[in-house]
This record gives sequence, structure tokens and C-alpha cells, in this order.
Amino acid sequence: MHLPQPDPAVLSNKERIVRRLREVLPEDAVIDDPSETRAYECDGLSAYRCPPLAAILPRTTAEVSAALRICHEERVPVVPRGSGTSLAGGALPTADCVVLGIARMNRVLEVDYPNRFVRVEAGRTNLSVTGAVESDGFFYAPDPSSQLACAIAGNIAMNSGGAHCLKYGVTTNNLLGVTLVLMDGTVVELGGAQMDSGGLDLLGVVCGSEGQLGVVTEAVLRILPKPEGARPVLIAFGSNEVAGACVADIIKAGVLPVAIEFMDRPCIRACEDFAHAGYPDCEALLIVEVEGSPAEIDEQLGLIRQIATRHDPLEFRESGSEAESAKIWLGRKSAFGAMGQINDYMCLDGTIPVSALPEVLRRIAEMSRDYGLDVANVFHAGDGNMHPLILFDANRPGDLERCESLGAAILKLCVELGGCLTGEHGVGIEKRDLMTVQFSPQDMEAQMWVKDVFDPKWLLNPAKVFPLSVSAGRRAA
Amino acid sequence: MRVSDEAELADAVRAAKGPLIVRGGGTRDIGCPVAGAVIETSGLTGIRLYEPGALTLVAGAGTPLAEIEAALASEGQRLAFEPADWSALLGSQGTPTLGGMVAANASGPRRVQAGACRDSLLGVRFVDGAGTIIKNGGRVMKNVTGYDLARLMAGSWGTLGVLSEVSLKVLPAAETSATLVLPGLTVANAVAALSAALSSPYDITGAAFLPGTGALVRVEGFAGSVAYRAGRLETLLSPHGEVHRAENGAALWRQVAEVTPFHGRDGDVWRFSLKPSEAPEVANRLGQQVMLDWGGGLLWALMPEGTDARALARPYHGHATLVRAATETRARLSVFEPEAPAVAAITKGIRARFDPRGILNPGRMG
Repeated sequence: MHLPQPDPAVLSNKERIVRRLREVLPEDAVIDDPSETRAYECDGLSAYRCPPLAAILPRTTAEVSAALRICHEERVPVVPRGSGTSLAGGALPTADCVVLGIARMNRVLEVDYPNRFVRVEAGRTNLSVTGAVESDGFFYAPDPSSQLACAIAGNIAMNSGGAHCLKYGVTTNNLLGVTLVLMDGTVVELGGAQMDSGGLDLLGVVCGSEGQLGVVTEAVLRILPKPEGARPVLIAFGSNEVAGACVADIIKAGVLPVAIEFMDRPCIRACEDFAHAGYPDCEALLIVEVEGSPAEIDEQLGLIRQIATRHDPLEFRESGSEAESAKIWLGRKSAFGAMGQINDYMCLDGTIPVSALPEVLRRIAEMSRDYGLDVANVFHAGDGNMHPLILFDANRPGDLERCESLGAAILKLCVELGGCLTGEHGVGIEKRDLMTVQFSPQDMEAQMWVKDVFDPKWLLNPAKVFPLSVSAGRRAA
Repeated sequence: MRVSDEAELADAVRAAKGPLIVRGGGTRDIGCPVAGAVIETSGLTGIRLYEPGALTLVAGAGTPLAEIEAALASEGQRLAFEPADWSALLGSQGTPTLGGMVAANASGPRRVQAGACRDSLLGVRFVDGAGTIIKNGGRVMKNVTGYDLARLMAGSWGTLGVLSEVSLKVLPAAETSATLVLPGLTVANAVAALSAALSSPYDITGAAFLPGTGALVRVEGFAGSVAYRAGRLETLLSPHGEVHRAENGAALWRQVAEVTPFHGRDGDVWRFSLKPSEAPEVANRLGQQVMLDWGGGLLWALMPEGTDARALARPYHGHATLVRAATETRARLSVFEPEAPAVAAITKGIRARFDPRGILNPGRMG
């Protein structure tokens, strides 16, 4: 993975740049000591690291605006950072950049139940948005696995999803408005408390633009009344194919569970060793969760049982209590931790048409043998968003490179079968050089037009999303 | 000029010497008047892919909406956002197409629960103003690869490109539904009742106010669940007034979606997208008959011809569209809400890149 050569002019102007930032920001909001900037050298894709020129931690939209105006004048690249949980390297710095951390902007500004929205500063963590409204019976729906730590700003940048988006959608479906600071310091409001906005859907294109169009400082988020209850079932199968067919049948039958999670044997075994959730010994396992009143849940689970029975499950385990529900989810929720105990791993994020599930799993198994690296699969089956975990040993020379090339091969397979490179993590640097597999030069050109408009000098997170060779002319401009 | 495939469409746009009026079924003549040669997409038809088990449908942009809805119904599925036919409201002929629906981001009453058309949009293919074919998104339900231009195309009224193909997420149709009616409420009381319903855990799929009928609340799903939720809602809403079950629920929701109260009546039709709690005050300031959808977040008003409803309605958070009016009124009052200068500059920049010669429905969005 390559990053552009740092701009020598910026490096040599460091002292002036930092001094100017200190003029508009409080003393504790500018970090330039190399021992401290190190804290910002990487995000969740920790295989890649590079300390930035400086990091700034503004507390207000006005401070963000003033700082960006200076960086714009000094032609300093800016890498926005929420909580730094990106698995795609979305917040990875370059040596000549200023990291703009939004974490100190974490207040709830407005809670409006009659209109069912909250307005928050974008550094607020995902889970604490729900935390602010749950005692009144509401919640914020998108629930990425990192929700305890990840910031709304990062969720908006990557258009994050989660386990429950089969029913509730991803960030873009739950985002009503943003306050966005452009690279030149201009503050714009897009959307608002109303359900849709007039004019072009600029909010829609800002969501998922990986911090390349502007810095989101505030967000208006739709909140929903909490369902009366939820209950999972665990269904075990003797093969991936049968489990995949069962998923399609559940969806076709008109039941819309809030989540359908799929785990294959390597994943089940690792989770079992780690979390002792009592999962059955099987090839494939589904966790299906439905919501409603107890009677509504019974009605839906009855239907799911009928469908599953037609596929001869090895086991159909219905939860009878809160404790049993928690146990069913325990293994799934600790999947990533379990993998981390055994090995270094790389988590992929391709999406495939649900109908291609059995074929993709079969071919991933073949590739895993060819590359000599184990792959465990855990994913959101209802929407085809796969998370193959490739296990490798970072201390063994050549293993990371082999892992990356297996990852690339799997993602190419996803695209070949009608899917895409990333379902919810974003492109970042991780999938940047694979963009040409999914998009023609014209397709990427049209996307880059949007960045040309929002950030004409290409200073915001410039080395991400588009292959460096594709964005070269613009970044140099 | 009628094109029969995407390549012909690209050729036609590339060869155009002047402004083009992009036309699907021609049922939604909304926007500032445009002069130019008509380019029709009605030849770009056909369902390319429909996988009920994956909740996915891909079809040519010129495919009639009715054909899509029939194909979905045969598998017990539907477009969740309930796109409405506005031809009776606008007095237009023809049949709505898939591309027109996306270009207008046309969404009906279920928008409160299932999102708008743009929320079900998985991907697009389109021809930009230079005649280049561009694709974005795809056919899978979760996709964050690159920028989301599909959503940018939704509601862009053919001003950034001519859609040739769209892919949509579809959903199971409900087994049954129930509609509760609270007759005789004021606008303010109706909004309060709708807000109470939408803040309940009973998964409301419609929350409207139909003049002459009252406040309407809809639940959908499996029979047992619908019976349960409708019963709970009756209790919940009883402090707001008399509650009864509608026998003609489907017809009432069609009236809401198609804005039936204003059909064939003189006057201009305005559509306000608002914070729901603002609807009663805006209705008061307008001083005319209104219809509400989306729990009050969407307000339709029938105004005397030539009235600047925005000026009367202020202050409000949101935006207003002049949906139906004489040509000179539309030119004078701006059909779409004027944008703040910084936003307008971004819009202008995006138009200049997607349509460098300014030939696609020029000026239609103001």
C-alpha cells in the first residue's frame, strides 16, 4: 500500500502552520510534539502507520472552520478523524497532514421527541446517541460492531451499517441533516429536521464520502421508538448451501427479521473456544432475530420454524429468556475478539447478491486452501454483506502480503458475482487500488467531479478512495 | 426523439445541439418551464433482473411503473416507499415510469416507515450531459464503494443525467393492514395524534390528515400482529378523539398519495416539507385548505392562483415546492426553494460538471 510522498514545502513550514493553528485554537487543542502525534498514527487498520505533522482537537464548528481556513491557505492536507475505528484506513495520516480529531465535540444539542430527531455534535459515539434517548423509549438504529467507540462523524463518512440494518437501513437512511465545514472554512447546512430536502440530495452524497468533501461537525439523526421486545433463534445446518437457501426462503416468505447473521464452521469453532456460548457442532449457523410484542414474536418465529424445518436443520434453538437470548448472541458478538485471540486477522467487507452465497463460500474455501491461510466467515446474511476474516501471522515475513492478495482475490470474486468491494466499512486505503475492478474510468471520474466541487484543491483526506494513479492529476493541482 | 437503448441515448445526448427536455412517462411536469427538444426514455424498458429472495429488482428506466408493480405483486412483494401517480393532480396523460419516479424521488405515505424512493435505490446507470455512460451503486443492498451518486440522481429531475437503468430494493407486501380514523380534528390536534402514534412501538406505516375525513393511522403486517397493534393504538389515541376502523383503508391511502382532495380544483398546489410540529402554524398562516402526510412532515396546500405561499408560510424549517401552477407563476415564484448561497454554489458546480453544456432540462430546478 503506497501513500503519496509528503509535500516538502508543508514539512518545512511546520513551525508556521502550527503557530497559525495555535492563534485560532486553544493551547490544548494543537498537538505537534512527535511523542504525542504518535497517538494518531493509525486507525483500526493498524498494519499501516504514519504519524501526522500535527493533530488538532477543536471544540466548536467555528474552531473547525478557522483551522480549515488556515490549512487551506497553507495547502496542508487534512485527515478528519472520528474515533479512529476505521477498518479501512480511512483516518490513516500522511506525514504532511493535520489530523482533525472531532472527539471533543460530543454534546447532544437538541432532543425533539414530537418530531423524532436528535441533533448532536459529530464526535459523539454511536451508542451514546441511543444512550441519550433510550430512557424515553427511543433509539438510534444504525449499530456498527464498534458502536461503543465509533463516532457519528465516522459513521457518516463511511455510511456505516450494522447487524440490524436489514430492517432499519444504514446511516444514510437515518441521517436527516448535517453541519458541514468545507476545506476553505465555509460552513454549510444540508438537510435538517424535515424528512427530505429540496434541491439536489447533497446530504446523500456527503454521507459515505469518507471525509473527502467536508468535515461534519453536527448531525441531525432520526430516532425511532423502541420495539416492545426482540428474540433471537439459533438454527444449525449441515452445510453452507442449505443455510443460504433457508435465508432466501425466510426473506421470500414475507418475514422481515431485524437481523439474520451467518457463521461458518471455522468461525463457530473459534467463538465456541473463546466464549463458550454452547453453539452446536455444525457447518453453518444462523442467528435470526425478530421484534415486537411477545405474541407478534411468536407469530413470526412460528413461520420461521416452519421454513427452517423444510431445510432439515440440525437444531432450532429458540430463546426462552433474556439470559438465553444473550447466550445466542454471545458467540456472534465475540467473533472478532475470538479471532484476535488466535491470530492476527484481516476483516473483509464485500457484499454479494444473497443468491450467490453458497457459491461464494465454496470458492472462498478453495482460495483459502490455495493461499494456505485460514478464512472464517461471519456476516449479515439477509443483505449479503460478508465479513470473511483471513487469519495470518504478522510476525511471519510475507504473511501480510499473502493475506492482502487473498483479500483482493475474494473481493474481486464479490464484484464478479454482481456484488461490491465494501458494504459498510468504506474504501479508505485498504480497497483503494481495487476500485478499478468495480468502476470504469468514467464512473470514477464522475465521483471525483463531486470532490472537485467541494474541495477544489483536493486537500481533504486526498490519498483515499481513488487509486493514486487515478487521482494524481487532481492532487497535484 | 425516442431512444431504444442506452447506447442510442448516449449518441442522442452527445449529438444534441441545444437543450433537451428529458421525458419518461410525462406524468410529472414539475419544475420551471423548459424549452427544447424532447428526448423520451420510454423505449428503455424491461425488467433485467428480479430476485425475490434477494429483495432486488433491476429494470430499464423507461419501464412503466405499473409493469414493475405487477411483477412484484406476483411474488407477494412491493416497492416499500409507495410511489404515487400524480397524473390526476397535475392533469397529465401517460403512465409513470421507473426513471421518472427516481428523478422525482416520488415517495408516498409509507415514507414515514420505509423511507423515500432514494432510500430504496441501490444503483443507477445514466448518461451525463456530455453523452457519457456512467454507473453507480449496484444491485446489492449494502454498498459503500465510492461516492453515492445514485442518491444524487434521485430527485435531480433529469438535470444531471438521463437515467437508463435503476436497481431497487423491494420488500414483502404486507399480509394485511388496518387503518384507524380520527374524524373531525383540527390540524393541530391531528398532528398531535399522529405524533403520538409515530412515537409508539407499533410500527406505523402511514400517518396522514385528509380534509373531510380526519387523521389516519395505518399498521401493516401479519394478521395477528395487525389486530394487536390496531387495538393498542385505539387505546393510545382515544384521548385525542373518537377512533374508528376504516373499511376502505386502501382507498383512503390512495387519496393521500395522489392528493385527491385537490384534483380538478382551481388554484396552485404547494408541497411543504417541514418539521411536523410546524405544520399547524404553517397551515394557519396559509389560511387555506391543507392535507398532511408523513405525520405532518409533508403539507399540501391549495392556494389562490399566483400566491407566494413561501412568503405567507414563513418562518419554517424545510422547503416548499410549487407543484402545480400556471407557467408564468412557476417562472415568477421559483418552483423549488431557493438555496443558501454556499449550497447554491455547490449545486451550480455539480451541474457544471455533470452537464457541462447545460443542456439537460436547463433551469428546471431553478
